[in-house]
Amino acid sequence: MSRELPGLRHWPFWVLGFWCLAVVFARLLDWSPFALSPDAIALAHILQGPSWQALLGHDDLGRDILSRILAGAEVSLKVALTVTLVTMTAGVFVGMVAGYFGGWVDRLLMQVTDVFLAFPGILLAIAFAAVLGPGLNNLILALCLTSWVGYARLTRAQALSLRNRQHVQAAESLGAGAPRIMLRHILPLLSAPLVVEATYSIAGLVIAEASLSFLGLGIQAPQASWGSMLRDGVRYMLVAPHYVLAVGLSLMSLVLAVNVLGDKLRDALDVKR
Amino acid sequence: MLRRLLGIVPVVFGVLLLTFLLVHLVPGDPVEVMLGESASSADRSALRAELGLDRPIHVQFGAYLGRLAQGDFGHSIHTREPVADMLAERLPATIRLALLSLAIAIAIGLPLGVVAALRANRWPDKLATFSSLALSAMPHFWLGPLLMMVFALWLGWLPVSGMERPASIVLPALTLGFGLSAILTRMTRASLLEVLNEDFVRTARAKGLPERDVILGHALRAGMLPVVTIVGLQLGSLLAGTVITETVFGWDGIGRLLVESIEKRDYPVTQACVLVIALIYVLVNLLTDLTYARLDPRVRYVS
Repeated sequence: MSRELPGLRHWPFWVLGFWCLAVVFARLLDWSPFALSPDAIALAHILQGPSWQALLGHDDLGRDILSRILAGAEVSLKVALTVTLVTMTAGVFVGMVAGYFGGWVDRLLMQVTDVFLAFPGILLAIAFAAVLGPGLNNLILALCLTSWVGYARLTRAQALSLRNRQHVQAAESLGAGAPRIMLRHILPLLSAPLVVEATYSIAGLVIAEASLSFLGLGIQAPQASWGSMLRDGVRYMLVAPHYVLAVGLSLMSLVLAVNVLGDKLRDALDVKR
Repeated sequence: MLRRLLGIVPVVFGVLLLTFLLVHLVPGDPVEVMLGESASSADRSALRAELGLDRPIHVQFGAYLGRLAQGDFGHSIHTREPVADMLAERLPATIRLALLSLAIAIAIGLPLGVVAALRANRWPDKLATFSSLALSAMPHFWLGPLLMMVFALWLGWLPVSGMERPASIVLPALTLGFGLSAILTRMTRASLLEVLNEDFVRTARAKGLPERDVILGHALRAGMLPVVTIVGLQLGSLLAGTVITETVFGWDGIGRLLVESIEKRDYPVTQACVLVIALIYVLVNLLTDLTYARLDPRVRYVS
């Protein structure tokens, strides 16, 4: 059963589009007199609730929460997309080599992925981030070091079965080399499951970035990040519930939209997961 | 079964190697990072010798394994307390929290999943599916504060945080349990839907069994198999979830110990926490596989 691709009729598309456009729009404003100032401290407005001047209120240093949420969205999306691109490339490479060549290469590489999978959830990313130290680059590095495994497993499983397809064997008997077969004859058939996997992984990475920043291992002050904003928001939950609610709902809307988009893509592309 | 048992040997070895290498990933001199700039050079060389950082790396790894075999996880840099004692003190709290969360998740997830499957594509299903989707988009550091705000701050029914009162466990357990119940609902629904189309369910209906017996006696029994695997696998990741949840609620378990050790740059403690959580995860997964093999005759005969 193949359904249509998700499009304008589906709400996740609109939510995701809203965040992407909002981030771009915030960036464009930088060149105008109305530039947002997510880091501008205003002690007169500390923890004030929503008003016409600040639609989502002010945080514990009087900064405009809406501006900081947009800045945090930018960081979040940047990290998720960067890590997805890097880990998908690396994971597909590892999985393809393991699945296509088989033998001891396969056993060795799968042994390595087994070790990485032995660390539940984001535990390993926390460990890497802890020793690498805080900061945006180390955060990206820690997530890259741990997120390639899923792609490697997926690619390997598919390559194992695709290797025996007739069109691959035909190419082999015509003398095509291994790199050509992997790139031209196996990879295209992998694109649907990879797209679905990448969609889910973006949602996972948005959460992972926020988790690490929440623990103080990711983005550092004063730069805005949804994770560190949530941590601060929790601290002032009693006096300023608008802070934690605004950030939490933003994070939730983005993750939910990406996940539902993944579900729809999976159905449309007929991918088993 | 023996193959599965032997299979975890290289994995455990790899986990040990990776956690050992963690400290060597510290940019610069780990001793300097741990002690700070004000430490005397005598303190530094003492710590360097204790951690064995002055020896070749393979010798260090051998010594690390040797100490672990004797149950020696090293000493905390700050309190000088043996890390093994700290783990023994904190681990029971985490296990208590994880087991209660699992019970909550099963109590919510299973019935919801069954109802969703039996009323597929009608409003109970849509409600269950949407709420599980929404819950899976709520990381623990957002769901936790939300529950805290409603049940502790506004309604005042439960303690905000800490672990002094018996009721203190409820909010962190609900946080972890709700998140897991979302996954369980989805899995139960999918698994049961698949089974409901099987021949043996049709046969059971055809021979005139009441619908209740068809569902409870035939469909559920077969449909629960994949769910057992999920429950087992998730028990392990609950442990990872405790890192954040324990931090949010000030629950003194191993997850909070990990975060505290990271903040203090107490690497031996960090290393030990990561190692212990990973080893428990591997062990639980192994037990899950073995249980699954016991429950499903097909798996037993094939292997």
